[in-house]
Amino acid sequence: MTQQTAPAVVEMTGISVEFPPVRALDGVDFRLRPGEIHALMGENGAGKSTLIKALTGIHSPTAGTILVDGVERRFTGPADARAHGVSTVYQEVNLCENLTVAENIMLGAEPRLLGGLHWPAMRRQAASHLERMGLSIDPSSSLGSHSLAVQQLVAICRATVSDCKVLILDEPTSSLDTDEVAHLFTVMRALRDDGVAILFVSHFLDQIYEVSDRMTVLRNGALVGEYATADLPAAELVQHMIGRSMEVLEAAEEVVEHAERPAAATPLLQVVGLGRKGSVQPFDLDLYEGEVVGLAGLLGSGRTELARLLTGADRADVGQTRVSGQTTRLRTPRAAMGHGIAYTSEDRKGEGVVDGLTVRENIVLALQARRGWMRPLPRKQVDELVASYIQQLGIRPADPEALLRNLSGGNQQKVLLARWLATAPQLLVLDEPTRGIDVGAKAEIQKLVADLAAEGMSVVFISAELEEVLRISHRIAVMRDRRKVAEIDGGRATMDQVVDLIAGGGTA
Amino acid sequence: MTTSAPARASRALKIPTRLDRRYLPVLGTFVVLALMLILGGSRYENFLSPAVVSNLFINNAHLIVLAVGMTFVILTGGIDLSVGSVLALSTVVTATLLQAGLPPAVVIPLAVGAGTVIGLAHGVMVHYFQVQPFVATLAGMFFARGLCFVIAPESIAIDNASFVGLASWVQIFGGWRMSSGVLIALVVVGAGFLVLHFTRFGRTVYAIGGGEQSALLMGLPVARTKVLAYVVSGTCAGLGGLLFAMYSRSGYSLTGVAMELDAIAAVVIGGTLLTGGTGFVLGSVLGVLVLGLIQTIITFEGTLSSWWTKIVIGVLLLIFVVLQRALSLRKT
Repeated sequence: MTQQTAPAVVEMTGISVEFPPVRALDGVDFRLRPGEIHALMGENGAGKSTLIKALTGIHSPTAGTILVDGVERRFTGPADARAHGVSTVYQEVNLCENLTVAENIMLGAEPRLLGGLHWPAMRRQAASHLERMGLSIDPSSSLGSHSLAVQQLVAICRATVSDCKVLILDEPTSSLDTDEVAHLFTVMRALRDDGVAILFVSHFLDQIYEVSDRMTVLRNGALVGEYATADLPAAELVQHMIGRSMEVLEAAEEVVEHAERPAAATPLLQVVGLGRKGSVQPFDLDLYEGEVVGLAGLLGSGRTELARLLTGADRADVGQTRVSGQTTRLRTPRAAMGHGIAYTSEDRKGEGVVDGLTVRENIVLALQARRGWMRPLPRKQVDELVASYIQQLGIRPADPEALLRNLSGGNQQKVLLARWLATAPQLLVLDEPTRGIDVGAKAEIQKLVADLAAEGMSVVFISAELEEVLRISHRIAVMRDRRKVAEIDGGRATMDQVVDLIAGGGTA
Repeated sequence: MTTSAPARASRALKIPTRLDRRYLPVLGTFVVLALMLILGGSRYENFLSPAVVSNLFINNAHLIVLAVGMTFVILTGGIDLSVGSVLALSTVVTATLLQAGLPPAVVIPLAVGAGTVIGLAHGVMVHYFQVQPFVATLAGMFFARGLCFVIAPESIAIDNASFVGLASWVQIFGGWRMSSGVLIALVVVGAGFLVLHFTRFGRTVYAIGGGEQSALLMGLPVARTKVLAYVVSGTCAGLGGLLFAMYSRSGYSLTGVAMELDAIAAVVIGGTLLTGGTGFVLGSVLGVLVLGLIQTIITFEGTLSSWWTKIVIGVLLLIFVVLQRALSLRKT
């Protein structure tokens, strides 16, 4: 550990946060120095968010002290924290899409004229702040008309308006593509060089290594240690984070044998020229039993849209769908379910789990829906089913009555998987099942997908992470600009080849 | 012309170059209003006379004030079902106290203040006790209506000389007439517009409608703003009652039954989304004028039952909501 001369701008000592009976943070120390990008690392449930919320005053610690600029503080909330120079940008952009960009940046520190808002000055100042971020957008346009990446940058822009000493970025990159991430990093480095202390949380290890100077690792609510990024190899970091050996991860490396495709005569699902205006150009795709088909492509390339057409979540304008050789139209997800097609959305919170229901209720939801409300599942059968999935998928906490909102992202995803597995589908379409979840859970889900395919299920696997798609897919369909541009053999495909296809260079 | 000044101001201030899609619903309302005026003007003689248009404002001044207050609440994503009852309460308080011999200078603040207090109670219930706005203001609606009957079950005529003098003040420009009620309503509209667009409170109202959680995390004063939105609506309802008492020269417990629904209809027809965050005070004014104009046309038609007003309002409401839905769908 190298000690810098600059005094810490944030010094948290012995912080404990309890949500009885759970102790979310247990005596954690954390220091943040001016002019550094400091990564906060840990699995889901390690206490990263809790630590951030303790700092910004959303949670109040039961023990410990927080010094900001040498003065002991207990902020009453984000507004108070911001007033003292501690600003936060969250994973989901927490701005108001219905307001203009200028308002989103300036509200709270807006220029005034005769007691009211001074719009021209507000637009001018917003424009100059935007320019510093390298963004050339109209400050009077409404925020909702811009991409998520721009909104994210606007959020950072907002954070830097007031005298910002500490900038907390909670998973800012999870929905950005490569160029956008690069832009974000440029902005982060510029801010760091201006002396801002940046606290950065991300699940992408390569990004952490690219941009951070120092990192603090948490595990199960306790501090593991503080390290200089350059001194800590990735493998060691992962071990610190998960606190278990690398075996699980290595097992996942070789989950797929890339065996020959089973010689099933008719595809389970065959689509010909399926498309929807403004969504995906017509495409063909055959899905066979026992096969994992990966969808690769950039954000917005039409991956999700394709999945939604396959599963009846969106209705196709043109094209044909054959299930086991029979021509059918999948007009609704319910119709698709009837044919044994299950779909888990990338929007886990909005379109997946019901976070006010328990684990048990979430798991049996789809199965019960398929049976119809007239024939409720016997309670005993439900309990057995739920217990078996909790055990099989390793859902934590292993409590059927736990409310979903109290589970970490990875465990919510497992519950979602269990829900669809309970319906014994023939085809499982998984849209970003591993997004925003920790390394260990990710490996477990990948392993599970491979096992399911080995048992004869057909799986469509969508992920923004190419390595992951390459690792577990038998076949990879590459998307670009809302068009399926290629289909390649997953066993022989290389990273470079797929990247070329995505970028529009290579051929299949 | 009574509406064009603020309307022009809003264009000069808010639309720099191209037409933002935010203005489309309001523009739609404006087109409907224009079509109705053209239709009426071509069908009936004297329809487009200054007298008719002046009366449109005079007859609906109280509703304009209610709609302005309602716009604040709906912009935050809430609703205020109590405004009709609060209006009645305000008329009853005004009439009772005036007949008891109190001077208007005392009575008017009390009548308006009654609305403010009820609005404050709504705001506190909605924000601090997390009661659904629908339920909180429904309770307020029953409470205010009940209170009216406790104070005075019968209609009370107002004959206080200075109040009547104030009520019958009229300014005449050519054929145009502007009553004190219309003047007050227009001042409220102007104030509502300025507050919504040129104060932090106003922008926070929009921000809350766009996403309460986001507004909170942006460090905006959500609690105060939300409570204040209900206070504005309650105060407007109190003021609306005052205008109605001036208009009808009486206070009666049964006035304004279902008037909250008219106010909501006007706001929705004026292009404000019930989900909050989108809409304009001026749109709500246009909404009130559309409602009033339907009434006028049906009166001119002569043979039609006045219940046709309700049917036309219902149809219009449906069309506007469907149009808004289509607009917001196209956006996503």
